Amino acid sequence: MTAAAAFFYLFAAITVASGFMVIASRNPVTSVLFLILAFVNAAGLFVLMGAEFLAMILVVVYVGAVAVLFLFVVMMLDVDFAELRQGFQDYLPVGGLIGAVFLVELLLVVGSWAIDPGLVHGPLAVAPGGETVTNTQALGLVLYTNYFFFFQVAGLILLVAMIGAIVLTLRDRPGVKRQDISIQNARTQADAVEVRHVPTGQGVEV
Amino acid sequence: MTAWEVLGTVLLIGLKSVLLLVALLVFIAYALLADRKIWAAVQLRRGPNVVGPWGLFQSFADLLKFVLKEPVIPAGANKSLFLLAPLIFATLALAAWAVIPLADGWAIADINVGMTYIFAISSLGVYGVIMGGWASNSKYAFLGALRSAAQMVSYEVSLGFVIITVLMCAGSLNLSQIVRAQDTSLGILGWYWLWLFPMFVVFFISAMAETNRPPFDLPEAESELVAGYMVEYSSTPYLLFMLGEYVAIVTMCALGTILFLGGWLSPIPFAPFTWVPGLIWFALKASFLFFMIAMVKAMVPRYRYDQLMRLGWKVFLPLSLVMVFVVAFVLKLTGLAPVS
Repeated sequence: MTAAAAFFYLFAAITVASGFMVIASRNPVTSVLFLILAFVNAAGLFVLMGAEFLAMILVVVYVGAVAVLFLFVVMMLDVDFAELRQGFQDYLPVGGLIGAVFLVELLLVVGSWAIDPGLVHGPLAVAPGGETVTNTQALGLVLYTNYFFFFQVAGLILLVAMIGAIVLTLRDRPGVKRQDISIQNARTQADAVEVRHVPTGQGVEV
Repeated sequence: MTAWEVLGTVLLIGLKSVLLLVALLVFIAYALLADRKIWAAVQLRRGPNVVGPWGLFQSFADLLKFVLKEPVIPAGANKSLFLLAPLIFATLALAAWAVIPLADGWAIADINVGMTYIFAISSLGVYGVIMGGWASNSKYAFLGALRSAAQMVSYEVSLGFVIITVLMCAGSLNLSQIVRAQDTSLGILGWYWLWLFPMFVVFFISAMAETNRPPFDLPEAESELVAGYMVEYSSTPYLLFMLGEYVAIVTMCALGTILFLGGWLSPIPFAPFTWVPGLIWFALKASFLFFMIAMVKAMVPRYRYDQLMRLGWKVFLPLSLVMVFVVAFVLKLTGLAPVS
């Protein structure tokens, strides 16, 4: 057994085990942490396949950003899982049915999977330049030439989602004092300080 | 490759890693001492001066003290996560050094995606903080962890754009290639700190915010949160958190050296300066960046939290994004873009 195979079984086993623990663990925070472990091990599998750029992007995007927000929300919400599990018995048949359908579909897909023999010898659009360029460059060349339109559409969808989230959560509360740095910086001594002459024993109107 | 060759390679990598680890830890010990000494000098104090000549063994005395103390685990804490968090934090901080080239060809793993690797590893560091804060089962620790996580995620964005501008100029994600791309006849004037000066400033400030250094040490602001996410930690777990923090700072210094200060290159590109080993130039440049960060700690008061977020999202993010476009346009129009 080569070292690569040993690492494959290590990463794959931990991925599957932590994937199981995501749904099995009682504490939601532990669930998210196992999800992160599954992501990191999936990144390890990517490295073994020679897709090192995808592995790093997986860690940066999913583990470094998305899962952090997940963890944030789960920690802040303080979800009571015991309460959520109350209706477990009622939902079990429906959930089991959906799970079975997914399993059968998955088996059908995997069972009938065959790589098109013409693909291997035909023009490989996925690997321009062959062995001379790194994965990162090859990905960039494909993404920004052949699939540029899809790339832009994906960006547009993300922009719409972002604007939607901002619109949904934006509140305009009256009476809230906000700091405006430019106004603060533009203040001079003449604007801010006023020297008044105070007659003794009378005071002044402010 | 036979089994013996595989074993030999593994042993060689292991030996290199241990050597780098020891050298790094000694460097960290003296960087920590230097940090305290600089801080003291700015405030007209002496700083640590009792252990050893001029206090040179202070860090080692601290190490002994931390290791010998009793680790206290709070009653309501999640014990396994509580102990796992500092381990993860310190390990991840050290893991980034696997790809950093200390001199030409002196990287343990000279991988093609070195820059993304460091970025990925440093983005994982937030988990140690957030796990530690949550597992402590304490309000102060939790609030500190939340602040820290928000801060680290926010400044990662602008840090990423800064790195992208450098990558566009260098044309590679490999850290050694980024340094070699700065190897011109101009010497110090050919490095990216001059050509991408605004980005160097943004990088410097973002690096401090990313590593929770003063003036951005809000997660452990002692006037409001006692010691932030570390408040319940004592003994060796606390030591690991501190170690991870300082390793992260030195990593940022090394990264700044590679991206902007020409890595192992000599500032004056002819003899006798080129005879000096690359490692020495690298250490000098990283120490210079560390000195600057220490001076900032000594001189600048702490930021307020909303100001910190404003700086990250409303100033640095648009600025670095615009700079990505500007640099791309300039490279394209002048034909300076590296062609693969």
